[in-house]
Amino acid sequence: MTEKTITIREQKVHKDYTKVKLIILLILLGLLLLAAAFASKVSPFDPYEQDLGSALQEPGDAHIFGTDRYGRDMLSRVIMGSQTTIFSALLLVCIITVVGTVVGIFCGYYGGKLDAVLMRISDIFLAFPGMVFAIAVAGVLSGGLSNAVVALACISWPKFARLARSQVMTVKDAPYIAAAKLAGSGTVKIMIKHILPNIAGAIIVTAVLDIGTMIMELAGLSFLGLGATPPTAEWGSMMSNGRSMLQTCPWVVLAPGFAIFITVVLFNLLGDTVRDVLDPRNSASH
Amino acid sequence: MQTILEVRGLKRTFYKDKELFTAVNGISFEVKKGECLGLVGESGCGKSTTAKMITRLLEAEEGTIYLNGKEIQNLKGRKLRGIYDDIQMVFQTPQDSFDPRCKLGDGIMESMINHGMTRVKAKTRMLELMQMVELDSGFAERYPHQVSGGQCQRAAIARALAVEPSLIVLDEATSALDVTVQAQIVELLKKLQREMNLSMLLICHDLALVQNLCDRVLVMYQGNIVEEGTPDEVIQNPKEEYTKILIDSVL
Repeated sequence: MTEKTITIREQKVHKDYTKVKLIILLILLGLLLLAAAFASKVSPFDPYEQDLGSALQEPGDAHIFGTDRYGRDMLSRVIMGSQTTIFSALLLVCIITVVGTVVGIFCGYYGGKLDAVLMRISDIFLAFPGMVFAIAVAGVLSGGLSNAVVALACISWPKFARLARSQVMTVKDAPYIAAAKLAGSGTVKIMIKHILPNIAGAIIVTAVLDIGTMIMELAGLSFLGLGATPPTAEWGSMMSNGRSMLQTCPWVVLAPGFAIFITVVLFNLLGDTVRDVLDPRNSASH
Repeated sequence: MQTILEVRGLKRTFYKDKELFTAVNGISFEVKKGECLGLVGESGCGKSTTAKMITRLLEAEEGTIYLNGKEIQNLKGRKLRGIYDDIQMVFQTPQDSFDPRCKLGDGIMESMINHGMTRVKAKTRMLELMQMVELDSGFAERYPHQVSGGQCQRAAIARALAVEPSLIVLDEATSALDVTVQAQIVELLKKLQREMNLSMLLICHDLALVQNLCDRVLVMYQGNIVEEGTPDEVIQNPKEEYTKILIDSVL
């Protein structure tokens, strides 16, 4: 009896802890997103204004993160870059989640030829190492941030299609789907009202966990010159531009590097926490 | 008496370990208006497959199904959905037969809303139905995992009754419940049958339940109907060897 009470209390404490963690992460990310959304208002200097007189200044009172080789304020550029990087990554994750889930639900529900054809196509995409394939696609499409997003979307949707498909296959034979058919609901209604809510948990967790990865990959493509083009402030291309000065003026690389690091860690922690919250083993009481 | 359901030569095979396995081997029977027909047999004899074929959740390979004189086994899309005005089913596992993300009330209202009823009207009717199956109206706001199996099965019966079907298929509807709850559900079914002149196809492996509820019983063995008659006849004077074994195993 005592033992049981303790476990329940422990569970409750753990649940509260997860919730607090979720709230803290959401506040931090909310601040980050706000800063990104109002980047031009938040940044202390114009991120694109060149001042060759104060080029490559060390971090100090005037420029907290220093300046780059054209004398542009690094802090302002990092803040401006957050807009480009984070919103492209969010857009990218939205696209692949929606496309992947729709394809996955249709494949999983109908099966047969449609499923076979679409899954073989997704196999083709999954057969290549992701980043290499993305570089190839971005190269063919020629650089530019929007093309980088397209390239990464091309290689990432099959993951969500696979996930959604496997989830649909586990729920589509459940009696409640049969009951919905007996209630006279059409296929589309069954998919939206009964299948989607029951598979959404796994998809949301994967999508949130993928935001960090997508930020890294977008920054990676930009680093290689296949994403954002100068002078656009973007973390990947900022690091790439500064890499020759890594030994003399490390702040030029470290500022955007730390920005990527912190953002990715935050989004990954959020993903983990969301998974803990949505875990079916924790959701005994709604 | 009017025939509600007529089944002729229904057949279905499955692949089991890559071997062809006949689940239902050309069975024929009919259900008359206001009648309760029992279908008994051991696990795996094809009872549930039959139920799924009649309700068109599973395709029949051969045979014809007439519901109120209309052939239904080839209907598709909107026309198929139309048959669910006349035939409804109660499933073996009550909790699984309600969407875990939907409240019980919404589950019961779904069919009415699909029939073009407004939400307000559907809600009134839903509360009536809840009363009919002796459920407190508060249960409408609960999720399936927040209620007991018996309460959930009552809600499932309410859902089946929502469109006033002429036939209800009960696929092992009481098997997952404990004995006292089973008795309550049986009482409820009896009451509903009396009051609404319902036709029922009761699929189960419990001969006592069949004797209690049914007017006529079919004994199924390895995909075939081996015996037919009133429950008392079948139980007291079994003609087939298999029926004897089945009765002996209960007593």
